[in-house]
Amino acid sequence: MSAVFQVEKLQKSFGGLAVTQDVSITMQPGDRVALIGPNGAGKTTFVNLVTGHLKPDAGKVMLGGEDVTAQGPTRRVRQGLVRSFQVTRLFSEMTPEEHIAIAILQRTGRSGRVFGNFHAMPDVMKETDALLATLGLDHIATRKVSEIAYGQQRLLEIALALALKPKVLLLDEPAAGVPQSDTPRIEAALAGLPPDLAVLMIEHDMDLVFRFAKRVIVLAAGAIIFDGSPQDVTSDARVREAYLGNYANASPAA
Amino acid sequence: MAAIETSAAAKPETARPNWLLRDLTGLAIILIVAVIGYFLFPNNLALLTRILGIALLVLSLDLVTGYCGVATLGHAALFGAGAYASGIAAVHFGITDPIAMVGVGAIGGAVAGLLSGIVILRGHGLAQLVLSIAVIHLFHEAANKASSYTGGSDGLAGISPDPVFGLFGFDLWGRTAYGFGVALLVIVFILLRFLVRSPFGMLCRGIREDPIRVSAMGASVQGTLIKMYVISGAVAGVGGALNAISTQVVGLDSLSFTTSAEALVMLVLGGTGSLYGALIGTVTFMWFEDVVSAANPFHWLTIVGALLIAVVLFAPKGLYGTAASLLDRYRGRS
Repeated sequence: MSAVFQVEKLQKSFGGLAVTQDVSITMQPGDRVALIGPNGAGKTTFVNLVTGHLKPDAGKVMLGGEDVTAQGPTRRVRQGLVRSFQVTRLFSEMTPEEHIAIAILQRTGRSGRVFGNFHAMPDVMKETDALLATLGLDHIATRKVSEIAYGQQRLLEIALALALKPKVLLLDEPAAGVPQSDTPRIEAALAGLPPDLAVLMIEHDMDLVFRFAKRVIVLAAGAIIFDGSPQDVTSDARVREAYLGNYANASPAA
Repeated sequence: MAAIETSAAAKPETARPNWLLRDLTGLAIILIVAVIGYFLFPNNLALLTRILGIALLVLSLDLVTGYCGVATLGHAALFGAGAYASGIAAVHFGITDPIAMVGVGAIGGAVAGLLSGIVILRGHGLAQLVLSIAVIHLFHEAANKASSYTGGSDGLAGISPDPVFGLFGFDLWGRTAYGFGVALLVIVFILLRFLVRSPFGMLCRGIREDPIRVSAMGASVQGTLIKMYVISGAVAGVGGALNAISTQVVGLDSLSFTTSAEALVMLVLGGTGSLYGALIGTVTFMWFEDVVSAANPFHWLTIVGALLIAVVLFAPKGLYGTAASLLDRYRGRS
């Protein structure tokens, strides 16, 4: 299988501080990778470098075998590199249905149309309804986003990313701020992600990491110090030292 | 998959608002108000026509400020550009057919929209506001200096439009101008109703709420805003052209900071982000201004100021926005 997403020797420093040092990651379609690391490890910088909001000092970002390092953030999204946000970024005055419709229209090159309405576009409506139903949001499809629960907003955030039919999905702490009672729904949504989609999840919650990821990458002080299976991450000496601390005794639950 | 389809079919259809009915009602109200205005103020049709022209300016401002969240105090540049374009076309190039003049005005406004959009959209927040003020002053000064075309501070006079369709001449009482203006406003309003509900209109509302989210969907925020600025310019240009046709002169005040600021005040008064709000704000402000300045020529501005403070403090969503949310709450309770 060929790599769908590849980061090669990515480097970035702010002043004298190297925040990303020689970071290389390769992902295949269907990969479920968790990127973890203590605060200040350079996770945010890494995300910004990958999405194109920051220019790397050196290194390459490849998407579907194509070098996208010189491309801006919106071009990368159109090529299939989609991210979700750690803090929910939704249009509070609009409905879930409208959110998904905008994303579908954008993906299919119709977002610039000045006539017509998505309610009258059967393909858009069908896809919107189906996607909202998959995530269990169909009963609130026409409510304002400001009126729906936070857990539902997090699900909509995932739905919005999926509506863009990405090849690579960057999930930035998908369960952040969600009440304990709602996390199973988020986890179910994550488990139901398309099987051929490559997912890179940035996450603090180790339980979620162990349940979701087939592979864990640990970033510390801007460099990758571990890249392997969740079973091995807890026993790795460098990881323990740099990050895990009291999580060291946690077992990778099924 | 079967489960998905049943749940989609079970969704109540009433949840989706009946746009057509609402729009037809809105349109009927506009026409009724226009007819009532005609019979109530037969000697003041010039004022009513001016209200129609300014209403187009405020609608145009609503497109960029209300729907896209762009703060501007320079929107009269688009209105004035349309007025001058159609006036110059009539005086210097012999294009005196009123419909052609409106077309030229729309193009002039669109070009001005493109230019000022490119400048204003460079900034955000306060910088954006300052850039918009700079733009309106530059347009004003350009029109002032190019006096061989614009008449400078004397204004551009001698605009004599042909009869509409060769049938309805522009009379002294301004009946034709008023009818022409109502027709223009209704056509533009219908087109804008389509625009704001279109995929493009939805994308613009998205940009107003969160431009970062919109660009994370792969859409170009800057490109979308520039496009809206051009459309907005065409609308304001139609308003400017109507003003030029009905008054038969174009003055520098059509390109002024004051006109820009007043348009913004009218929009806030009526309620941003709604076409109805823009119309209600314009009519209320200009009618109020007319009544109060006649009743008390010395202190009318004070009274207008007091009205504004009252609206901003007690009805921050504007007259229409507040009325609409009260109605929603009433419906929600019953």
